[in-house]
Amino acid sequence: MKHTLAVLVENRPGVLTHISGLISRRAFNIESIAAGYTEEPDTTRITIVVEGNEIEQEQVVNQLSKLVDVIKISDLTAVESIQRELALIKVKATIETRSDIINIVDIFRASIVDVNRETMVIELSGDGAKIDALCQVLEEDHGIIEIVRTGKIALARGPISAKAQ
Amino acid sequence: MIMNGAEAIIESLKNEKVDVVFGYPGGAVLTLYDALYQADFKHILTKHEQGAVHAADGYARATGKVGVVIATSGPGATNLVTGIATAYMDSIPLVAITGQVAVPLIGRDSFQEADIRGITTPITKHNYLVKKVEDLPRVLKEAFYIARTGRPGPVVVDVAKDVFAASVDYHYPSEVVLRGYRPLFAGNSETIDKVCEELRLAHNPLIFVGGGVNLSNSAEVFRELVDQTGFPVISTLMGLGSLPFDHPLFLGMVGMHGTYAANMATTECDLLLGIGVRFDDRVTGLLSEFAKKAKVIHFDIDPAEINKNVLAHIRVVGDINWSLPALVQRVKGISGELKERAQAWTEQVLSWQRDKPLQYERDPNLVMPQAVIEKVSQLTQGDAVIVTDVGQHQMWVAQYYGFRNSRSFLTSGGLGTMGYGLPAALGAQCGLPARQVILFVGDGGIMMNCQELATVANYNLPVKVLIFNNQTLGMVAQWQRMFYGGRYSHTGLRGNTDFVKLAEAMGVAGLRVTKPEELDNVLKEALATPGPVVVDIRTPEKVDVWPMVPSGAGLDQMILGGAEG
Repeated sequence: MKHTLAVLVENRPGVLTHISGLISRRAFNIESIAAGYTEEPDTTRITIVVEGNEIEQEQVVNQLSKLVDVIKISDLTAVESIQRELALIKVKATIETRSDIINIVDIFRASIVDVNRETMVIELSGDGAKIDALCQVLEEDHGIIEIVRTGKIALARGPISAKAQ
Repeated sequence: MIMNGAEAIIESLKNEKVDVVFGYPGGAVLTLYDALYQADFKHILTKHEQGAVHAADGYARATGKVGVVIATSGPGATNLVTGIATAYMDSIPLVAITGQVAVPLIGRDSFQEADIRGITTPITKHNYLVKKVEDLPRVLKEAFYIARTGRPGPVVVDVAKDVFAASVDYHYPSEVVLRGYRPLFAGNSETIDKVCEELRLAHNPLIFVGGGVNLSNSAEVFRELVDQTGFPVISTLMGLGSLPFDHPLFLGMVGMHGTYAANMATTECDLLLGIGVRFDDRVTGLLSEFAKKAKVIHFDIDPAEINKNVLAHIRVVGDINWSLPALVQRVKGISGELKERAQAWTEQVLSWQRDKPLQYERDPNLVMPQAVIEKVSQLTQGDAVIVTDVGQHQMWVAQYYGFRNSRSFLTSGGLGTMGYGLPAALGAQCGLPARQVILFVGDGGIMMNCQELATVANYNLPVKVLIFNNQTLGMVAQWQRMFYGGRYSHTGLRGNTDFVKLAEAMGVAGLRVTKPEELDNVLKEALATPGPVVVDIRTPEKVDVWPMVPSGAGLDQMILGGAEG
């Protein structure tokens, strides 16, 4: 089963190396990892999606917790949470096909962030399945040139923050 | 007080009550060595950085204090890697201070530049690169704190060359503020109650002691637990010395080269009380067969050890200095009851021990390695600090030296580092100048760091180096004999080196034993000699370590081999 972990770490050089190094040497199965600043300038929040059973997931949490720069880990799997990925999709677009692409973009509530004579770039945020669905339609009908996707980020609903959990 | 970065390091070492550092100078640490010189700080110059880091490790294991090693950038730092990994696997507190190229040169493939922080990330508890002199006092405070607290381990502090020379207004912080590091002392006391309930239900209980008891200096309370419960005890390699070898309930070492009684007791027990152990594969054999009739209770300071290899029915996470006294306290009231219920079982395991003790072939014409160890054990009354290298002799020492004291057996358990022994022994002797330090080492392992004989001579450290010279890499050859059709690929060392001459060339006295009748006198002479001595002991080539659990087999599948008698 997949677990989504919110990992709060010290915003210091080398922290990501420590985390990614640990994940690779312990042979943990990581689906995605996304990092960014938080409301506190000295704290970075990393969202890690890990695949494994309860025992494996416990090992991931325990091993990550041992890193000195890891402040707090909360498992968002069991709590109500909002989960998002961001994708930028560069799709083939001629003058003739543009309007169809715009229709698709509207249906998915995505937005067009760049247009030229041959391509369009579409931005979409949402859960992974929604992005997959858009990519599939665009690929089949128009052809995709390149895709970039972030790892998943997640935030619990309700008033309690990950650091207070 | 205004001083430069190098002086700030010396001040910090003094604040941490460091009495000796091991190291080797070089370009990036010139300023630091200048400060050592000016402060007249005690420094042991080894002949190789690897020697320095193992020496710091041996010092730490013998004394319980943090070992400190200094090396220069690039090759100096990378030469520490094996020693850092050795310390990491065995949870030994070390602080390694390495020089780095100056800040403007970092990342440009400069002369003697290596990313030692990146290199040591997987083998350190934590590491730092210091690029600003004002960070130095805090970083050193944290480094020592992290190294010795919680589950101990090595910490690398990489310091850019210009930082040593930069000036700083020195204040050593009085406390450490680390949001992400709060080592646990006391755990949940309700778990201790649960453990007590399980102890009362068990008919075939077994105490399984590991290195955690030695590392946490809790042998005394551990012995009390054994006496209060009356449960039989098995030990890992690293746990030896926690209980005196001749304690009536001690069954010896468990695992690949464990005793018959220890391995059978593990297979048959219905409760396994693991204390400061990590269920290494050399201990468990085939995991699915390990203690499969038992409920496992696991005491450890590191939550990540719980359920890593063996699933625990009850976990007791916390410092053993908290959990063991708490358990002993509760067990006191039910001591008689526990002993009564375990009595039949205890008699059974002790009968296994009586019926199938460790045995070896006693050929009157050969100097048997096991006999040498028994003799040394007898001559020292089990009271020496014993250091080993890695291989057959290491297992024989674990089996045949009668350890009486905690922290008296220094050996590379987890990493199995050949070349560890000699430098570790010299480090231990530096830390415990009044104690008898004896190194057992093979003719393979001694050559991996034999340059440190010169260090032993330079500082007149009275280490006794007993080389088991069987002209072969014994443990690998044993595996070749058993599993590779006797094809001895590159394990023969015949006629390579005259160890007596080698010792003498380095300034150490050299003795030799070729016949069994010489053994007694030569060992007595060696032990009575005030300075360092090397004894070249000619042992037979084809002797196997028995018993042995073949890899991938359960513990009860051990081959008794020559020990069958």
